[in-house]
Amino acid sequence: MNWITNYVRPKINSMLGRREVPENLWIKCPETGEMVFHRDLEENKWVIPASGYHMKMPAKARLRDLFDGGLYESLPQPKVAQDPLRFRDSKKYSDRLKDGRTKTELEDTIVAGLGTVKGVKLVAVVHEFNFMAGSLGIAAGEAIIKAFERAIAEKCPLVMFPASGGARMQEGILSLMQLPRTTVAVEMLKEAGLPYIVVLTNPTTGGVTASYAMLGDVHLAEPGAQIGFAGQRVIEQTIREKLPEGFQTSEYLYEHGMVDMVVKRHEIAETLARLLKILMKTPAVSETEQALELHEDLSAAAE
Amino acid sequence: MHHYLDFEKPISDLEGKIHELKKIASEDESIDTSEEVERLEARAREAMAEIYAKLTPWQKTQVARHPQRPHFVDYASRLFSEWTPLAGDRKFAEDAAIQAGLARFNGQPVALIGQEKGNDTKSRIQHNFGSARPEGYRKAIRVMEMAERFGLPIVTLIDTAGAYPGIGAEERGQAEAIARSTEMCLNVTVPIVSVIIGEGGSGGAIAIATGDRVYMLQHSIYSVISPEGAASILWRDSARAKEAATTMKITAEDLKGFGIVDGIIEEPVGGAHRDHEAVINRTGETIAAALADLLPVERATLRKNRREKYLAIGRSL
Repeated sequence: MNWITNYVRPKINSMLGRREVPENLWIKCPETGEMVFHRDLEENKWVIPASGYHMKMPAKARLRDLFDGGLYESLPQPKVAQDPLRFRDSKKYSDRLKDGRTKTELEDTIVAGLGTVKGVKLVAVVHEFNFMAGSLGIAAGEAIIKAFERAIAEKCPLVMFPASGGARMQEGILSLMQLPRTTVAVEMLKEAGLPYIVVLTNPTTGGVTASYAMLGDVHLAEPGAQIGFAGQRVIEQTIREKLPEGFQTSEYLYEHGMVDMVVKRHEIAETLARLLKILMKTPAVSETEQALELHEDLSAAAE
Repeated sequence: MHHYLDFEKPISDLEGKIHELKKIASEDESIDTSEEVERLEARAREAMAEIYAKLTPWQKTQVARHPQRPHFVDYASRLFSEWTPLAGDRKFAEDAAIQAGLARFNGQPVALIGQEKGNDTKSRIQHNFGSARPEGYRKAIRVMEMAERFGLPIVTLIDTAGAYPGIGAEERGQAEAIARSTEMCLNVTVPIVSVIIGEGGSGGAIAIATGDRVYMLQHSIYSVISPEGAASILWRDSARAKEAATTMKITAEDLKGFGIVDGIIEEPVGGAHRDHEAVINRTGETIAAALADLLPVERATLRKNRREKYLAIGRSL
C-alpha cells in the first residue's frame, strides 16, 4: 500500500459503478444463525426463507419491489443547507455525510417514488437506514414535504416506510423542527382528502415516531420491527429495571392499539392496494373486471 | 438559602462576606460596616454582570435548570387571573407534569398550557420533574380543542427536560401523543404564543411549542436532545455534556440566528431566579404584544401563516 493505492482506488471503484457482488455473499439470520445466500435473500424480499425474519431492505430495492413491474418515477432530493451547525463529534458531520453518500449512493436518507401498486397510483417514501441510521434532518424533512406535495398534485395517496433512529443529532434544533414541518405536510394531504398509510419497518424510533410515523390513517407494521419513542437504554437507565420481553416490537404495538395490523413483507403491496382502493372509493376488482368484460361484450356485439 | 451555581463562586464569596459583615454590625452597634458592605456589594454586582454577560452554553443550561428559577406556576399566578387548571385526558389519567386550563390574561380569556417541574421534593415528584407521559399531551390536546371551539387564544410555557421515558409511557403511545399534540398546534385557528421559560427538551417541548410566535428567555435552552443525552450518544460519555451543549447550539441567540424563535426575553442580571418579578413582567409584555398582533388576524389566515412559518424554517440557511 502506498499513497497512490490509497488515493486512486476509491475513484476507480466509483467509475466502475456499484460492484455487482456484495461483500457478504452469505447473510446470517439474526434469529436462528442460519446462513442464507445473498441472492436467495434478495429474491425473497430480504426475508430469511426458513425463519421468516425480516431483514432491513435497501430503500431502492423496496421501491422496485413495491411498484408494479419495478417501474416508478424517482422523486428528486431537494437542495438544502448542508451542515448548518458545522457539527463535529468524534468525526466531522460533513465527513459522515460523505461516507453515507459513498456507502448508499444516495444524497440523504429519503428515497421517494411515484408509480402504481397493483394498479393504485401512489407516492411511496422510504427511509434508507444505511444512511446515517435513517436519521431525520433538513434534507429528509424537505424530501418528505416535497413528496407529500407531489402526492397532493397527483391527487394520489402517500405511503410512508419509515426506518430511522430518530432526529439527526448533528443538525441540532433544526432536526427537531422537522417534526412540525413534516406534520404540516401530513395535514395538507389529509385536508386534500387523500389517504396516508404508514408501514412501520425495523427500526422506527425517536422523533420520527413522534411525528409523521404515527399520524397515518392506517398503520401497518412489519413483523418483529422495533418501534418506540424512547431508546431502550434510556428507559432502562431511567427506571432501573429490565425491560419486558418483546417490548417496543410491532406485535407489542399492535396489542397496545398503536398499529392496525402486523403484515408480512410479502403481503404488504396487496394489503396497501386493498385499503387504498376502499379509501379512494375505487370499484372492487371483480366489479372492474365485470365492467371490462361487459365492455368487451358490448364492443363485440356492436361489430 | 440561595443556591449558587459552580461558576458563581466569585459572587457567592462576596455575598458571603457581605452577609457576615451585616451580621457583625447587627450584633455590635459600635461597629460600622456599611462602607465596606457597600464596596463589596458593588463588587458583587460587577462580578455578576461580568459573569452573566458571557455565559457559556453549559452555564446557560445550568441557569435554565436552576431550582429557584421561576416555573410555570409562578407565571400562572402572576401573569394570569382566574387561573383554573383542568385535569385528565378523559382516556387514562391525570398527568401533573403538564398543566393546562383556563385563565384570563389582561382580562382576555385564554387557554394556558405548560410544563411544571415542581420546586421541592414533594412537588417535583407530583409533577414528575416536568417530564410528561402521554396523558399530559392528551390533556393539552383536549384543552387546545376546547380553545379552538370557544375561540380562545392559547399561551404555552415550555419547561421540560423531555417527555418521560418509561414502560407505561411507551405502552400508552408516547410518540403518538406527542405527534398528535404537535398536529393540534398546527390545526387550531386561534393564536398560539409559546415561551421557552427554562428547558425546551426535544419532542416533549415541540409538542406544545409549535406556536405562531415562539420566544425564549435569554438563558433558556431549546434542543433536540439534552446535552447529557447528546454526549452519551455521540461520544458514549455523558460527562462530555459541556462540550455537547456548545456543539449542539442550544442557546436563545443560536435559535434566533436560525430563525426558529421570534424574540429573546431579556433576563435580569444574574438570571431569572434572582428577580422573578422582573422576568415574569417582561414575559407578560412580550405575550401581550404578540397577542395584540395575532388577535386581529383572520382565523384561517392565522393557521395558514403558522404552517408557512414552519415550512420556511431552514430553507434560507
